[in-house]
Amino acid sequence: MSNGSPMRAESLAIEIGGMPILLRTQDAAFRRMLQDRYNGFVKSSARPEFEFDVDLVEGSDELHADEDVQVRKQGTQWLLQRGDFRAQWDARAGYGKIRQTRNPYAIDSVLRIVHTLILCRRGGFLVHAASAIREGRAFLFAGISGAGKTTISRLAPPDATLLTDEVSYVRREGDGYLACGTPFAGELAKIGENKSAPLHTLFFLEKGPENRIEGIEPGVAVRPLLRNILFFAEDEESVKLVFQSACEFVERIPVRRLSFVPDQRVWEMIG
Amino acid sequence: MSEKYIARSSAIAARMLGGEMMVMSAVDSTFFTLNEVATAIWQAADGHTPLSEIVADKVCEEFDVDPAVAERDAEQFVEELSHHGILLVSERPIENPSTSLQEAR
Repeated sequence: MSNGSPMRAESLAIEIGGMPILLRTQDAAFRRMLQDRYNGFVKSSARPEFEFDVDLVEGSDELHADEDVQVRKQGTQWLLQRGDFRAQWDARAGYGKIRQTRNPYAIDSVLRIVHTLILCRRGGFLVHAASAIREGRAFLFAGISGAGKTTISRLAPPDATLLTDEVSYVRREGDGYLACGTPFAGELAKIGENKSAPLHTLFFLEKGPENRIEGIEPGVAVRPLLRNILFFAEDEESVKLVFQSACEFVERIPVRRLSFVPDQRVWEMIG
Repeated sequence: MSEKYIARSSAIAARMLGGEMMVMSAVDSTFFTLNEVATAIWQAADGHTPLSEIVADKVCEEFDVDPAVAERDAEQFVEELSHHGILLVSERPIENPSTSLQEAR
């Protein structure tokens, strides 16, 4: 856990979903890249709950470019790996190490994985969904690639605050949920606003011949929700937690199917 | 024919939602929605009650189903769930679902 000491020059905290994670690296150019990429999510005053030392590897036998992501638990450590990174993280101690190639996608993936692991123990999740705030309420638009996440984000009216067009952050808050902005961008290539609001509705998107909203029963909604939740860990306990989180979510938040014609009129039905 | 005993695996997550039982394997994330009859069998799968007794008491009696049809459907259901490691099946009573997983499959 954080010892509360002031952040040193070689570190910066990236706060997503109100959860600051401190990244420490000796490489000034990499820090500048992080600063630019996560602009709006870098908090100099944040007190991080979790810290990582980041070592950049220029070319090494330990990293193999075509390796798929793997996340598993070994004792108290989470081991995260993919072709472009190796990481270990002790969630209880709040400390981890990342060895990665010099690219922004590796750190982006590590952050996503770490947040999924944090959230699953707190009743929340990351989900393949665009999200936006309108009149103080947040709306999620979930769907697989091609379902319309980017389209509905692009059509959002000026009074809507876009939280993300690709990966939404859902955090448990009392009896309800907060949707929080993320820097995880999709085709829109624009990071979300670092804001949050109480979650009002989850829509499952599909493009159709007309704009139409239909209710989905919790027992039906939980399956597509689980399909869209990001989760990487090969760990039975965590899978059970994600399942429980999804069930509790659909019991508390209205879930609807939104068929829409890709023009701005769809937003007249939202908010 | 020998008797069958069935038990719920410990490597699953399950929850009633909207009157239906949702079951997911924590091993391969296979997801099942059980209907009322399947839920009754699932809930009675304690490892000690023979499947024939479960079918007679929990299915035929409560759902007014023909015994031969109920038995065939139950066999099919148990076969499918056991294939995914969600239900454990054994010819002997199952004491501990978590340790019996390999032998009971």
